[in-house]
Amino acid sequence: MSARPILSVEGLSKQFVLRSEGFGVPPRTVQAVSNVSLDLGEGHTLGIVGESGCGKSTTARLLMGLIRPDAGSIRLDGREIDRSARGLTEFRRYVQMVFQDSSASLNPRLTIEASVMFGPMVHGVARPAARAIAHRLLDRVGLEPMRFAGRYPHELSGGQRQRVNIARALALEPRIVIFDEAVSALDKSIEAQVLNLLLDLKADLKLSYIFISHDLNVVRYISDDVLVMYLGEVVEYGPAASIYARPTHPYTRALLASMPSLDPDRRTTAPPITGDPPSPIEPPPGCRFHTRCALADEVCRSAKPASSSCGAQHFVSCHMLDPRSGHRQAGQP
Amino acid sequence: MSERVAPLLDVRDLNVAFSGERGTVHAVNGVSFQLEAGRVLGLLGESGSGKSVTMRALLRILPENRARISGSIHCNGRDVLALNRRDLNSFRGGDVAMIFQDPGVALDPVFTIGNQIADTVIRHKGVSRQVARARALEMLDLVRIPSARRRLDNYPHELSGDMRQRAMIALALSCSPRLLLADEPTTALDATVQIQVILLLRELQKDLGMAAIFVTHDVGVAAEISDDIAVMYAGRIVELGPARDVIKRPRHPYTRGLLASTIHAESHGARIAGIPGSPPDLARLQEGCAFAPRCTLAGPECRLKGPELAQDSPGHHFACFRSMP
Repeated sequence: MSARPILSVEGLSKQFVLRSEGFGVPPRTVQAVSNVSLDLGEGHTLGIVGESGCGKSTTARLLMGLIRPDAGSIRLDGREIDRSARGLTEFRRYVQMVFQDSSASLNPRLTIEASVMFGPMVHGVARPAARAIAHRLLDRVGLEPMRFAGRYPHELSGGQRQRVNIARALALEPRIVIFDEAVSALDKSIEAQVLNLLLDLKADLKLSYIFISHDLNVVRYISDDVLVMYLGEVVEYGPAASIYARPTHPYTRALLASMPSLDPDRRTTAPPITGDPPSPIEPPPGCRFHTRCALADEVCRSAKPASSSCGAQHFVSCHMLDPRSGHRQAGQP
Repeated sequence: MSERVAPLLDVRDLNVAFSGERGTVHAVNGVSFQLEAGRVLGLLGESGSGKSVTMRALLRILPENRARISGSIHCNGRDVLALNRRDLNSFRGGDVAMIFQDPGVALDPVFTIGNQIADTVIRHKGVSRQVARARALEMLDLVRIPSARRRLDNYPHELSGDMRQRAMIALALSCSPRLLLADEPTTALDATVQIQVILLLRELQKDLGMAAIFVTHDVGVAAEISDDIAVMYAGRIVELGPARDVIKRPRHPYTRGLLASTIHAESHGARIAGIPGSPPDLARLQEGCAFAPRCTLAGPECRLKGPELAQDSPGHHFACFRSMP
């Protein structure tokens, strides 16, 4: 976070109202994202981790301007994004996204060359120039244009399709690329190839990444900073090295301790926490993690924890970090 | 693996081929292994390596008109490939049970959890409904579903994802199978839930003295649960041995590549030494070692003939002509 922020987000919130379940029954709401703030440093990778329902994908869609936030601001280079149709088109030149499902995100009736050309042509590039861009990018992501340009998505493997999606995301020369579980569906040997490619592209094209994943090892590998989310809220945020060396929020600790050990001689002996993450529909009051936290106290059930600093640029939202919170273990986590 | 007692499961030269529009897909090609009672075998491999097809062949739940199975499978004293329909029904769920990645496949949405377990117990054990209900309750307690008595009358959709997974395990174990086949049962689960289910399965397997085969693509999951690990590639077992040996001293170049591709704590900053290329098309398998086109060690002999599994240290086998320790 020491780098100049290219993208700054403050107090981002989004709730979805569900359909009422009967006449006179008040509709319930999903608190998908609550008060999320983050900075993406120029040339950095920000990893976002959390379990299902934690709001990581909603955050990505908010950052892309695919959905409108209820509150909060998103600034690119210090300027608030313009939400007019034209403003968003302009914004999305600079921010592109790659999704998990490599086939659902490609039009099955377009050749991969046509898919990659589509963006530049929407932005006014002439067809021959767009084709040249597509060929250069397909080559760059490891798909020889001579062999692949005319193929349709179903003629490619999952790993190859994800390379097409990456090429397409790069076609408008974005500055930021958001990867939403973009390598999760790939086999390990293919995942490794794609991660290597992402690192090369980032260095060559001076990109900044937001990398969303449930795989903590992959996030650790690729990220400079990490944001840990639980039920729509940020519970811990800081430099990756610091978070992995000194995870401080009880949830972050449990999440890291839940990673299977790669050593048959040092297996996990007891589950770090029990149960499922609760539903983000009407989440628990106070600290949203208190229902699963072994260290929860009275205050956790009623009051929302403030964000406290626990190291250089390392922030944690837990009452135990705040000496005045009234938690019995406050100040001695 | 001692030779004196007959193993619980003995698979020899298993081949499974599917005929389809694109020609014949050779999904499993000469797989042999034994499993003794009470042991856990991790079957590790990427998509298309034949691990799930091997499991389905053991239960004979592959589509009969399209799948050609050859070789032999003996389990708990039965010749599985020769079983008639009636014996097959008592074999499935009685001797061997299976759990899946998606509990939706295994649980019927229109019956309560309690009734599904009770019906299974009645069918296999011929007991009264009352006894079967008691067994269902006992099973839900065993897999640690909270307020089990109330849950008996729940339908699958009324349970959370982690409870459904537990209910499926309860159903699979309700008739005390000697062998449990687990096909990626934790893959779709969140990290904090996955580890709970792994620990539960490990404990139940030990307490009930059951053998298990655990199919996974995740080295970490295999390391957490397996006594032995078999690594599959293109329908063959390329390495088989005690979990510790396979993970700490892998001999096959594919196993080495797979481990190198698996990102762990020490990977940060460095490039990942993965495996180039992609897995072969199982409809167009070439002669020789299926991994040769992606292998940095491959020589001319690798393209002529496929290597057989050979013993390295006691119990540790690998199939490669060129690998050096």
